[in-house]
Amino acid sequence: MPQKNILIIFFVSLISTCAGYSCSSSGNAGSGPTSKSEQLVLTGSSTVAPLAVEIGKRFESLHPGIRIDVQTGGSSRGTADARRGLADIGMASRALKPEEEDLLGFTIAQDGVCVIIHGDNSVNELSDEQIAGIFSDKINNWKEVGGQDAPITVVNKSEGRATLEVFLKYFKLKNSEIKADVVIGDNEQGIKTISGNRNAIGYVSIGTAEFGSQNGVPIKLLPAGGVKATTDNLAKGTFPISRPLNFVTKTEPEGLIKEFIDFAQSDQVHDLVKEQYFVPTTK
Amino acid sequence: MFRLQSDTLLVWALRACAALAGIIVLLILVFLVNEALPALRDVGPSRFFGDKSWHPAEGAAQGQFNLTPMLWGTLFVTTGAVLVATPLGIGSALFCHFYAPSTIAGPYRKLVELLAGIPSVVYGLWGLVVLVPIIGDFHPPGPSLLAGTIILSIMILPTIALLTDATLSNVPKEYLQGAAALGLSRWGTIRGVVFPAAKSGIFTSVILGTGRAIGETMAVLMVCGNVVQIPNSIFDPIRTLTANIALEMAYAMDDHRSALFVSGLVLMAMIVALVAIAEFISKGHVYD
Repeated sequence: MPQKNILIIFFVSLISTCAGYSCSSSGNAGSGPTSKSEQLVLTGSSTVAPLAVEIGKRFESLHPGIRIDVQTGGSSRGTADARRGLADIGMASRALKPEEEDLLGFTIAQDGVCVIIHGDNSVNELSDEQIAGIFSDKINNWKEVGGQDAPITVVNKSEGRATLEVFLKYFKLKNSEIKADVVIGDNEQGIKTISGNRNAIGYVSIGTAEFGSQNGVPIKLLPAGGVKATTDNLAKGTFPISRPLNFVTKTEPEGLIKEFIDFAQSDQVHDLVKEQYFVPTTK
Repeated sequence: MFRLQSDTLLVWALRACAALAGIIVLLILVFLVNEALPALRDVGPSRFFGDKSWHPAEGAAQGQFNLTPMLWGTLFVTTGAVLVATPLGIGSALFCHFYAPSTIAGPYRKLVELLAGIPSVVYGLWGLVVLVPIIGDFHPPGPSLLAGTIILSIMILPTIALLTDATLSNVPKEYLQGAAALGLSRWGTIRGVVFPAAKSGIFTSVILGTGRAIGETMAVLMVCGNVVQIPNSIFDPIRTLTANIALEMAYAMDDHRSALFVSGLVLMAMIVALVAIAEFISKGHVYD
């Protein structure tokens, strides 16, 4: 008898789970009875996503009944999803490429990429040629660029990341030329790797690096082209390795999409942009 | 009559569960092959083992698609971890079972269970901020095959220790009593009676540990350096097949994405080979 009860409970719960699932999924797919609530889907860059989430929250609180759904997946996914119509807005943490000219980009903030080394390293400045030489394995020891006698640990980003593309473009390198000793994923892993290795050199998002060094992480931000790596210089437009954070659409935005993009570009969200260590754009 | 009905019901329910489990594996395989097909078609299977290096983002025509260094990376780090963790795990289980007084054995077992429950990302973070700088101090760069081996050993140690422990408690009491009656020493009992009786269980625990080591992703991704190369020494950075997928999947498009599924297929093939070897050995020698 108890055996039978367990079985009945098992099947009832199984059926109800299935029913619950199909019910909720159909509710999401169709416009259904809750057509009053509208939804915007954003996909793409993991650099832009946290900012988009914050902007989305503020937008939702000002427009009850509207939901902003943000999913990450990289800049290339963002542009591809916008093109295929899988997302209302794509997110890209770089300028649009020539092959993406069919899309429209809306810059919501600026970010920079800066080269960082360990805080104990005696080197304070490297020329663009020296950095290119280090990353392409022509320079292997810190003493060749005025530092201590120690082999250089080159920290590179993994294939397909927008930060990597911005870095390669500025230093005119190809990824296959780079001889890395360590390959990392996100900025945070980069900061941890470089702060844990006296002889490491790498590059990360300037905001992340500035936040880290202001909070006692032993890293040093190297200037680029003679300009100090700070978000202030980025805002002034003097720091050379910068990238726009973009919203991307396939067609001229209208309705809710236009409203959201305008909101993201307005000064109503400048405090959110600064909180994420990005630089607001003035339209 | 009533009993018969519920039995029939149970049998069918169990059959359904078994079928479901089997179908899930097949579905995963079909999905993997389906996703990997574009790359296999555009790039060709031979280039995954013959290209100069791994630069898949440039597309099928200009990119490089060699998976062999990652295959070796996975093999080296797994083998290293199993070689370190097996004697430690078996030793730990023997200590717990035959040498430790029960006041120590109980808490000790709980500690090992705790070790098994720590999420892998915690091991990875510890490796990244503690272990890697230590290795880097005496042999730069730090993130290396060695770091991966140490972290993986610690991670699969509890699997091997706990399963061996469970196997040891299944050795029939009569065997031990018989050994005691013959006047065998404690070590003599272990070597002559316990090991032969528990052989298959210990072997299974090592295989399960190996499986966990092959599949481990996050911790390995954080401490191994992820450079695509065949290592010359244990201080060289490596990339495993799992880390390759985790590192690049979120940013991969088209053929690059598909190539990562090929990487998954190779991983699947490795697991199948492991299971096949286990099956072969267990049929041939261990369960006799």
